[in-house]
Amino acid sequence: MKNTIAQRIYDFLKDFPPFNSLEEGQLMTICEQVKIGYYEVDDYVFEKDEGLHDAFYVVKDGAIGIFRDGNILVDKCDEGDIFGLRALIRQSDYRLSAKAIEESIVYAISSSLLEKYITSNVDASKFIIASFASNNLNPHLKREKGRLYSLEGEFSQDTDHLAYIQTVTHRKSPVICQEDTQIGTAAVTMTEKKVGSIIITKDNRPKGIITDKDLRTKIATGKFSISDKVSQIMSSPVITVSENISIAEAQITMLRNKITHLCITKDGTVESKLVGVLSEHDLVVAQSNNPSFLIKEVKRALTAENLRNVSQKAQDLMHRYLVQHIPVSFVSKIISAINEAITEKVIELSLDEMSVQPPTTFTWLSLGSQGREEQLLLTDQDNALVFADVPAEQFDETKSYFLKLAHLITEKLNVVGFEYCPAEMMANNPKWCLSLSEWKNQFKDWITRPDEDKIMLSTIFFDYNRVYGDVHLVDQMTESIFQSIDRYSIFLNFLAMNAIKNPPPLSFFRQFLVEHSGEHKDLFDIKARAMMPLVDAARVLVLSQNIKDHNNTLKRFEKLSELEPQNKELYNACMDAFKILLRFRTVEGLKHKDSGRFIDLKSLSKSNRLKLKGCFGSIKDIQELIKVRFNLAQMM
Amino acid sequence: MFSRILKRGKPEFWKAYTGHFKEKLPQDLHAVRFVVFDTETTGLDVRKDRLLSIGALSVFHLKIDVGDSLELYVKQEVFNAGTVGIHGILKEGGLLKLAEEEAIITFLGYIKNSVLVAHHAAFDIAMINESLARMGLPKLKNKVLDTGVLFKKTTLCENKENRHSLDQLCAIFKLRQHDRHTAAGDAFLTGLVFLKIVSNLSRSGKLKVSDLFFNSERRGLL
Repeated sequence: MKNTIAQRIYDFLKDFPPFNSLEEGQLMTICEQVKIGYYEVDDYVFEKDEGLHDAFYVVKDGAIGIFRDGNILVDKCDEGDIFGLRALIRQSDYRLSAKAIEESIVYAISSSLLEKYITSNVDASKFIIASFASNNLNPHLKREKGRLYSLEGEFSQDTDHLAYIQTVTHRKSPVICQEDTQIGTAAVTMTEKKVGSIIITKDNRPKGIITDKDLRTKIATGKFSISDKVSQIMSSPVITVSENISIAEAQITMLRNKITHLCITKDGTVESKLVGVLSEHDLVVAQSNNPSFLIKEVKRALTAENLRNVSQKAQDLMHRYLVQHIPVSFVSKIISAINEAITEKVIELSLDEMSVQPPTTFTWLSLGSQGREEQLLLTDQDNALVFADVPAEQFDETKSYFLKLAHLITEKLNVVGFEYCPAEMMANNPKWCLSLSEWKNQFKDWITRPDEDKIMLSTIFFDYNRVYGDVHLVDQMTESIFQSIDRYSIFLNFLAMNAIKNPPPLSFFRQFLVEHSGEHKDLFDIKARAMMPLVDAARVLVLSQNIKDHNNTLKRFEKLSELEPQNKELYNACMDAFKILLRFRTVEGLKHKDSGRFIDLKSLSKSNRLKLKGCFGSIKDIQELIKVRFNLAQMM
Repeated sequence: MFSRILKRGKPEFWKAYTGHFKEKLPQDLHAVRFVVFDTETTGLDVRKDRLLSIGALSVFHLKIDVGDSLELYVKQEVFNAGTVGIHGILKEGGLLKLAEEEAIITFLGYIKNSVLVAHHAAFDIAMINESLARMGLPKLKNKVLDTGVLFKKTTLCENKENRHSLDQLCAIFKLRQHDRHTAAGDAFLTGLVFLKIVSNLSRSGKLKVSDLFFNSERRGLL
C-alpha cells in the first residue's frame, strides 16, 4: 500500500550511513515503522541512568546534545546523526543524557529492526563498528555527516571511550611572563621549563600566548628581534575555557579556533585567574591513555577470572583498532602493556596465596614473542624465573618456594587465557626456574658450546623481558650474555646460520611455499616462514652490534638503521614487512579464533596475496646481508 | 446490501467500534492514542462532495508512529474535475482504491476510541459522518481536537480571532512542507503541528488530556 510518510522518511534516511548501505526494500521496511518525536530546547530524549529505550535515534531537524553529568556537553548531533545506539548494543542503561539544544524532530528506530536489517548488513555494521572506534581515535573525521555519536552507552569504566569525555588533565602551573618581558628571556624560560608555550599575564589574567611556532615564524624569520617585548608577537586575546572541560569539548574548541593551546581560567573567561594550560599534545596523551582503563581494571581484579574478562576486552579493543587501521606497532604496544599488567597482577595474586614472603629477590621474565612485545593474540605462555643467589644450604628450600610460586602463576595465566606451553618453557619447569648463577652458567654454556638445540633455546631466552621483580637480576643476566658473546663471537655465526635456515617463502616459480604434509597441509605458515626470519635477523644483528635493551623486532630494526645509515632502506623495508605480517597474522587469528599462524592462501584476496609476497623481498635481502656479514658462505 | 444491514440492526464492525468506548479515556497524555488525520475530498460541499482519500497516523506516548498509520483512497462515483489540480487524485488513478463503504469500515477499525486530531477538524468529521449516514449509521463517537483551535491556546498565537491555515501554522512552527494537499502529507504535518502545540502548552505545567478539551468542545462540530 502507498505510504507517503514512510516515503518521505526514506528520502531523508537514504543519504546517511548506515542506511545508505541497505537495500531499498529493507530501508523502506524500517521507514514504515519509524516513530517521530518532537523535542523543544531542554527536553530530554533520554536521561542518564534511565532504563534502555527499545529504539535508537536519528536527528531529522534541529540538534540534540549529548551531555555528561547533567550539563557538560560531550557532543552535538545534527541532521542525519545517530545517537542512543551504543546503549542498545550493550543492552545497558544510558550513561549520558540526550537533550535537545535546538528545537528538534527525531526519528526513533526500533531495536528489533536494527538487528534484522542493520547489524546483519556487512557494510552497515562496518560503519557502526568504525564509528564506535573512531569516536575517540579520529575525532577530526567526525565532522562528516552521518556520524554515530552514540557514546552514551559505552561509558563504563571498562572501556577506552571513557577517556573521551573524561576531564582532561592539564598543566597545573603554567609557564608565564609579563607583557614587558623580552622575547629572548621568554624563550629561555620556555627552554628551561621544557614547554612549547608561554602565557603572558597581567594581574594573573591571561593576556596572550607565545608558542614555538611564533618563535619560528616571527623571530627566526627576522621579523622581530629577540630584544623586542613579548607583547609584540603574542597571539591575543587567548581562548579560555573552564577547568572541567572534557576532551571532546577541548578538541572542538581547538578545531573551531584553529589553535593548539587553550588557557584554563578559574571561571572560564579571560577576566579570571589563569590556572592552567591545555595543549593539543595533552589531548593526544589523554587519548592514548585510553587503554589505561583496562589497566585500572587489571589493578582492581581480585581473581584470575576477573583478569580473563579484561583480557577478553583487550582483544575486543584490539579488534576495533585493527578494523580502524590503527598502526599495528601502536596496537601491539598497547596489548603488550595490558598483557604485562595482567601478568603482574597474576604474580601479585599468587604471592598473596603463598603463606610466606619470598626468601630472596626474584624476577619474572616473559620470553619469545611476549618478551619482544609482539604478542597480539593470546598464545602460549613462555616464561622463566630468576632468583638471587642464596647460600648453598638454603638453595633447595628457595628453589622449591619459587617453583611453587611459578606453579600458581602459570596456573592463573592459563585461566586468563594464556595456554600452557607444550614445550614446557615455563617457570614452573625446574629447568627454567633458576638462580642468577645458574642462569649465567646456562647462557655461557649455550654460547660457548652451541648446538642446534642450544641455539634454538637462545633465540627464545635471549628475547626476555622483565615483567615483575628485581631489575638488577636482569641487568646482570644481560651483562653475562654480552660478556660471553664477546669472548666467543663464533656464537653469532651460529645464530646467523639459524636466522637464514628458513629461506624466503617463495618457490623458484614465485609461488608461495606451503606446508606439504601434516595437519596444516597446503596452508602457509606465516610465523615460521615469514615472521621468524625477520625476528631472527633482527636479533643476531642487534647482538652483534652490542645493543642492549632492545628486544622488540621493530625497535631493533629502528636502532639498526640508526647505526648503519647505509642499510637504512633495507631495515625500514624489514620493519614495514614485519608490520604487515603482524597485522596479517593478527587479523587471521581473530577471524579464525586461533593463533593465526597458518593462513589459507586461497582465502586471501589477490591484493592481500600480493601484499604478502611483497614482504618476502625484504626477507631475502636481509638474509643476504647476514650471509655476507657473518661469512656464512664458508660455514655452509 | 444496506437494506439488509438496516433490517438486522447495526453491523458487526459498528458494534466493534462502539465497543471500544466502554473504556474510559486516560488523563495522562502519554497514555492516550491520538489519531491525526486529514481527508481529501472532491469539493467543499459536505452533502454533494465525496471522500477521495483519508490519511491518518497515530500519536502514542506523544510520538508519531509511522508503523501505525493509514492511507486510503476511495473509488469515485461523484467526481469533481475542478479539484483534481489540488489533490492530484484522478477518478481512475493507478492507486489501489476502496469503495467508500470499505474505506469507512477500515477507518473505524483503525481509529477505535482514539482522540481524533485534525486541522479544522469540523469539515473532515462532517465528511466522515456524511459517509456514515449514507451507510445508515450514526455519527462518530470519538472526542475530537482541532489543531486550529488548539493553536489559539499557545503562547505563539498573536491574534486569537484569526483562522490559521495549515500553511500558516507550518510557517510559524518552521516545518518544511512535503506532500501538501495529499491526505497523508497533511495528516503528517498536522501531527507535527499537534506535537509542537502540546509541547508549547506543556510549558506552563503538567498538561492533562482534559486541558486540551477545555473551552474547545463548546464550539461543536459544525
